[in-house]
Amino acid sequence: MYPAKFDYYRANSVEEAVKLLAENSDAKLLAGGHSLIPAMKLRLTQPALLIDIGKIDSLKNIKANGSLEIGALATHARVAASADVKKWFPALANAASLIGDQQVRNFGTIGGNIAHADPASDPPTVLIAAGATIHVRGASGTRAIAAEDFFVDLFTTALEPGEVVTKIEIPNLSGRKSAYAKMSHPASRYAIVGVCAVLSMEGDTCKEARLVVGGAVAHATRLSEAEAVLKGKKLDAAALKAAADAAIAQVGDDAMGDITAPADYRRAMVGQYLQRAIQSALG
Amino acid sequence: MASRVFGASIKRKEDPRLITGEAKYLDDLQLPGMAHAAILRSPHAHARIKSIDTSAAAAVPGVLGVFTGKDFMDVNPLPCAWQAGGVENHVNTPRVLEPEKVTFTGAGVAVVVAESRYIAEDALQLIKVNYEVLPAVVDAQKATQSGAPQIHDNAPNNVCMEWSCGDKAGTDKALGEAEVVIKERVVNQRLIPTPMETRGCIAQYLPATDEYTVWMTSQAPHVMRLLMTAFVFGIPETKMRVISPQVGGGFGAKIFLYPEYCLVTALSKKIGRPVKWAETRSENYVATTHGRDHITELEVGAKRDGTITALRVNTYANLGGILSTIAPGIPTTLYGRLLSGAYKIPNIYCHVWGVYTNTGMVDAYRGAGRPEATFVVERAVDMVANQLSMDPAEIRRKNFIPSSAFPYDPKILNGLKYDSGDYDKALGKALEMVGYQDFRKAQADARQQGRYLGIGFSSYIEMCGVAPSAWIGLPGEGWGAGLWESANVRVHLTGKVVVTSGSQSHGQGHETTTAQIVAEELGVPVEDVIVQHSDTLGTPFGYGTYGSRSASVGQVAVFNSLQKIKEKAKKLGAHLLEAAVEDVVFENGKVHVKGSPDKAKTIQELAGAAALGYSLPAGMEPFLDDTAYYDPPNCTFPFGTHICIVEVDAGTGQIDIKRYVAVDDVGKVINPMIVDGQVHGGIAQGVAQALWEGAVYDENGQLLTGSLMDYALPRADLLPSFEVGRTETPSPTNPLGVKGAGETGTIAATPAVVNAVLDALKPLGVLHIDMPMTPARVWQAIQKG
Ligand SMILES: Cc1cc2nc3c(=O)[nH]c(=O)nc-3n(C[C@H](O)[C@H](O)[C@H](O)COP(=O)(O)OP(=O)(O)OC[C@H]3O[C@@H](n4cnc5c(N)ncnc54)[C@H](O)[C@@H]3O)c2cc1C
Repeated sequence: MYPAKFDYYRANSVEEAVKLLAENSDAKLLAGGHSLIPAMKLRLTQPALLIDIGKIDSLKNIKANGSLEIGALATHARVAASADVKKWFPALANAASLIGDQQVRNFGTIGGNIAHADPASDPPTVLIAAGATIHVRGASGTRAIAAEDFFVDLFTTALEPGEVVTKIEIPNLSGRKSAYAKMSHPASRYAIVGVCAVLSMEGDTCKEARLVVGGAVAHATRLSEAEAVLKGKKLDAAALKAAADAAIAQVGDDAMGDITAPADYRRAMVGQYLQRAIQSALG
Repeated sequence: MASRVFGASIKRKEDPRLITGEAKYLDDLQLPGMAHAAILRSPHAHARIKSIDTSAAAAVPGVLGVFTGKDFMDVNPLPCAWQAGGVENHVNTPRVLEPEKVTFTGAGVAVVVAESRYIAEDALQLIKVNYEVLPAVVDAQKATQSGAPQIHDNAPNNVCMEWSCGDKAGTDKALGEAEVVIKERVVNQRLIPTPMETRGCIAQYLPATDEYTVWMTSQAPHVMRLLMTAFVFGIPETKMRVISPQVGGGFGAKIFLYPEYCLVTALSKKIGRPVKWAETRSENYVATTHGRDHITELEVGAKRDGTITALRVNTYANLGGILSTIAPGIPTTLYGRLLSGAYKIPNIYCHVWGVYTNTGMVDAYRGAGRPEATFVVERAVDMVANQLSMDPAEIRRKNFIPSSAFPYDPKILNGLKYDSGDYDKALGKALEMVGYQDFRKAQADARQQGRYLGIGFSSYIEMCGVAPSAWIGLPGEGWGAGLWESANVRVHLTGKVVVTSGSQSHGQGHETTTAQIVAEELGVPVEDVIVQHSDTLGTPFGYGTYGSRSASVGQVAVFNSLQKIKEKAKKLGAHLLEAAVEDVVFENGKVHVKGSPDKAKTIQELAGAAALGYSLPAGMEPFLDDTAYYDPPNCTFPFGTHICIVEVDAGTGQIDIKRYVAVDDVGKVINPMIVDGQVHGGIAQGVAQALWEGAVYDENGQLLTGSLMDYALPRADLLPSFEVGRTETPSPTNPLGVKGAGETGTIAATPAVVNAVLDALKPLGVLHIDMPMTPARVWQAIQKG
């Protein structure tokens, strides 16, 4: 509740933030503060310097133009309410609307969320399913990282020290059907299990399925076995069941467990929520 | 009077200041020169303190002092004010800081006082404690078994006390002869009360007068002063004033005397400056009392026609590592003696083990013992119904104490009797509200479609306004004090009324309901009444607010005091009207001669005349001012039926509450809106115990649910809109006819939900699921089927 002493700078531009990060080894970026501040209050982290990027307006834009670009500082509430997001990739708008509670959604940002890489977060799951690209900027310039390569482990990303997430780019998904299905933790509302399905359909037949699970495993992960099962199939109950079984088998011993949801349960729920996500995508 | 004030849903007088943020809670208070304390808490559940090095902390700029338990050996351990009645209690209570040994994670071992809380927290990190870590035990039943770690020298096998009530031989015999006997092990899991406002304390010591003023988040400021002065510090109670400012909820957890309050008080003298300690939520979760935590083996016997003949209960009640103020009284008097529920059960025997474990202190939490008893009884009734394929409503009806049987002696109440009741009427009303027959049809249809709907009942009784003092006190039920209440009413010379009372309000709306009683009796507007409480200076002694006792005890004292005021006003009015006292009446705020209401003296005129004293009857003292002390002749016994309808998703184990119907009978209702509010909040907490809440310690005594990210409180979006109804059976115990409404929701709701879930899963062969019924547990039960 009482953080250790720290200094505070407000960065007015990405360049300034990058410079400050390069100059101060014990610094952390502050976006919505909804993961960082609680950790500081419990003294789990004690950075010497906070670099507040929250006022950099250029990082707040959401625009659709060939691809959908979402600035790192877009709050979950704005992502959930954005007409562009709803049109372009409704699963993301839905996932954002299911994050925490209204207060969390009003403060938390999509960039902070993915940089923090909580295994129970929602955005990583949907961003991987969309084939999104994460744009970052560091002292040595900009980089683009595929969402699939961005999430490395529990609270661990491909970000190098000193890099700032600037925006997230989602390719044109027109013609795909997508949905996100989530079981929330009763206290935190984080995902116990979240599955995102992005489907290319030809009539009843699935041309391609991108299926991603989060919450149940250390970081959001493609369910490639289940994807393979569905490719070229009619998505009837039997196919869905086969995909669910494949997903459960793939998650296997990687399923995480805690007092609310033991591993065997989470594993089984991957199958349940996979089917629910697909059914909901098919509408 | 045109419209009655008593019984009207008037808006709460206290709300404007609460809603606008004007109310000052403890942490809002600032005293000149105030220093701040932070407490170092044990990270181990069971350990000996070998040494503590405070030197680095003491050297931090801005630190005023660093102290350990050894610095307070002149301060007595805290008292245990309610021990289990009639048996030996092996008492161990906390000291302000533990000097030698800690028995739960979160026990205080050192304190830093500094210019700011931030500095104090920085310094806290520099204190080095050398612990010898000892093996821990957290499960109350395991703690009593041989080989378990021993926590206190005076409590072999960690048993604090063994207590029993009822008829052992009769119950054994009846179970032996019963046509059906069902056994089950039920766990009433540990809960964390979680009031919105955590605890806190500010103490100021003035050397010139040798007096302390202590502000603290308490439901019982007078009792706090009594316990601190008489037991902990050994000073006259006149040397201490205790003030509970606006208190943001308590649910029982703020009844008790805590080590931190005594610590901060002692520090204020040591440091010579006012000292504040405000609890963080993390501290609240480990160091404030928890509730429930029973493991119970129950056996219920019945005839084939559904008549229940016997109930035998063996309960392991977890009391935590050390005793909180009234811990042993909760699983004994408030639990065992309530095990007859709403039913004629001819043979009951209850045995309770009060057990020390390496967990946080356990004490009263909303309902306190009665939810645990109701859970046992309402599950037992459902188990019998299920075994005999009887309708759960029918079996309740069959076993209810009939309305003709009151006052009813359930025999295990040690001489007290249920005051009044009509259990069938409340059940009937609830069945009607829910549309029972229609539901059973809908349930059958849903099952055809593979959907699992269920209905659950809870026909509870409870016990409020625990009294009389001569019953609850030593040696009867072990309570180490009295349980009466007091109130003073002053009618100022303009006719404005000030009530001071020993009750304390921390969310219940006393300022409104008390004003309603005054307005009704004296005929003054509600706006003309102010109610002062929560300061030992200027209020008469009272035992505080808990156990739904403020209406049935505290406000009866107000009522009795008003009768004295009215008597005096009548005498004065007769004198001024030049009539005989026998010829005048006090009606609608006026005294007039019977039959001539036009020539009257208003209460305002009488108050003025009494205050001026120009013309008083011979021998009458000036002013309308009187005090009453009320010790009830009996407890009151609210009752009702709650019905819950759920749908279970068999694929995920998730439970959706479709409807929740509650019919409560709390006796006469002073303010229906306030009662509804109490019922709503109580149901939310009761539902939460069934489905979401549960404190979990790992086997080393670390609290795994130590934050609001892990401990699942009820949230509005998980609950349906409650359908609340009422029957009104006045209590014959007191002149207001009130019973008590603060805890019914929590007491009733939990088994209603559990019974509903099990009803839904009946076709899948599921007979039992431990609480909280998380989706994972429900799903696992379905898999086992
Ligand atoms: C009660 C509660 C419930 C929640 N429930 C959910 C939920 O259901 N689902 C869910 O997904 N999330 C949930 N969250 C997390 C929430 O979404 C957070 O907002 C998010 O994790 C962090 O975003 P932020 O903007 O607050 O980041 P901050 O807390 O400011 O920062 C988090 C971390 O990311 C770094 N960082 C921030 N921005 C950038 C950037 N642009 N580039 C590089 N590094 C950066 C910071 O230095 C810090 O280390 C919940 C949080 C709370 C408090």
